[in-house]
Amino acid sequence: MIIKGRVWKFGADIDTDAIIPARYLNTSDPKELAKHVMEDADSEFPKKVKPGDIIVADKNFGCGSSREHAPIAIKAAGIQAVVAKSFARIFYRNSFNIGLPIFESPEAADDIKEGDQIEIDADRGLIKNLTTGKEYPARPIPPFMQELIAAGGLVEWTKKKISA
Amino acid sequence: MTITEKLLAAHAGKKEVTPGELINARVDLILANDITAPIAIKEFERIGAKQVFDPDRIAFIPDHFAPQKDIKAAEQCKLLRDFSHKHNLSLYFEVGRMGVEHALLPEQGLVLPGDLVIGADSHTCTYGALGAFATGVGSTDVASAMATGECWFKVPESMKFIYYGKLKKWVGGKDLILYTIGDIGVDGALYRAMEFTGETIRALPMHARLTMCNMAIEAGGKSGIIEPDEVTKEYVQARAKRDYTFYKSDPDAEYVEVREYDCSKIEPVVACPHLPSNTRWAKELTDISIDQVVIGSCTNGRLEDLREAAAVIKGKKVNPNVRMIVIPATQWIYKQAMKEGLIEVFLDAEAVVSTPTCGPCLGGHMGILAKGERAVATTNRNFVGRMGHPESEVYLASPAVAAASAVLGRIALPEEVVN
Repeated sequence: MIIKGRVWKFGADIDTDAIIPARYLNTSDPKELAKHVMEDADSEFPKKVKPGDIIVADKNFGCGSSREHAPIAIKAAGIQAVVAKSFARIFYRNSFNIGLPIFESPEAADDIKEGDQIEIDADRGLIKNLTTGKEYPARPIPPFMQELIAAGGLVEWTKKKISA
Repeated sequence: MTITEKLLAAHAGKKEVTPGELINARVDLILANDITAPIAIKEFERIGAKQVFDPDRIAFIPDHFAPQKDIKAAEQCKLLRDFSHKHNLSLYFEVGRMGVEHALLPEQGLVLPGDLVIGADSHTCTYGALGAFATGVGSTDVASAMATGECWFKVPESMKFIYYGKLKKWVGGKDLILYTIGDIGVDGALYRAMEFTGETIRALPMHARLTMCNMAIEAGGKSGIIEPDEVTKEYVQARAKRDYTFYKSDPDAEYVEVREYDCSKIEPVVACPHLPSNTRWAKELTDISIDQVVIGSCTNGRLEDLREAAAVIKGKKVNPNVRMIVIPATQWIYKQAMKEGLIEVFLDAEAVVSTPTCGPCLGGHMGILAKGERAVATTNRNFVGRMGHPESEVYLASPAVAAASAVLGRIALPEEVVN
């Protein structure tokens, strides 16, 4: 899988309330949620973001609540992937479960600038900065997570399991 | 092995497990609320499962936007009610019977020592106080577990926190956990099990243990856990309707990190905006004026928390510049607080007392902050916009500090108010 897109940068400890504020959680409609994605981190973001863009952030992205609405809002806004120094545990799990590609790469998070064009080679675990030509390694995806992705997410994986 | 490893091994049908290992484990209880259950229900239907694995092991608790705050919230709550009726879930809690989930389930004896619990709510880690392994997951995880009764886990590394020394007056579980988060940071225990131990913990009452484990997630922890003991036994034996198991860590159990805290040096702690790790002593913040005080939530909405706040505010008035909102976390707590005269103390002080709800903690309803307003709350998060406008502020504190602050209209120490 190759993912290519323009970068939006965010800082450390971006919490799920910043990704999708609870005041909008009286719905779980992905399109509604996407209208407010990252709103409390950058109020202009829902207007600026374009389908195909990529988020690059510092450490502990997605900390806080277990709301699956957070990766859902990001995915529904057309954001292709999130790269961060590290991810909060529940966000990490939720992203795989709903099929939002995420990559841990401290080097990429430090070096990539807002507006850069990057290319992520998910199979090789490599992130390339097309603007500067630099390359960064991404931490490999754990084998079980790869199995989940190969099955098409947790729902498909469970479907197979209960019919077995 | 640690208590966490033993408990996970038992639920995975294994003799032993090691950190990093992926296991598939049986779950004793699954919970979801009015925000997370609607997605879980949709995904459960997508899986194509005809029935839930056990209708007595799934708790659906509408508590976040309930009592239903608007039409959209009502539609979400209705999904829980309809699904619960369709699948005969015995643990569906309608308004009038419900409470804030992490206060309600231990109180009703539905979570017990040795249990493995998953919940589509990050504060599910609260139940570690009972010697259970409990962790927050997403809605899709809940959907899958509702169908199979199992969930996959990566066995976490354990991090040990040893607390010793006698607590000062007005210092409790909230101060200990805020102090700990302040020490290690909001990702200081990322992916790890936080095991709280030491003489101070052994002397700590159950409500304070619940408060501590509740906030393990605010340090990035996968779980918080306390070895069950006499305090645990006393709490659960009157409530339990099924068997339970006390697991203990072996003397040679391995920890990735050990930290020790001298509790005799810990004073009332406040976490400043906009992270729970941004802690200061309350005494350093007494020039900060406030507009609202909230006492409640899964962190500090228990009976002992209300008693602590009432002890501070009894006979005083809420400052004219402050709104004080008290939210007993469950119906039982509400009734008990009434019997003990605590509700009267709050009303006489000119505070409002609400029906159980998560409400303002997540900026849902029942006390939302305007632009520029500032609150002291006994809740668990002070992120940007958490209790309302993105330009409002939340300071996290104990019930005693929150009550004292309500009286003086600024962050205050209990001894400034109580003679």
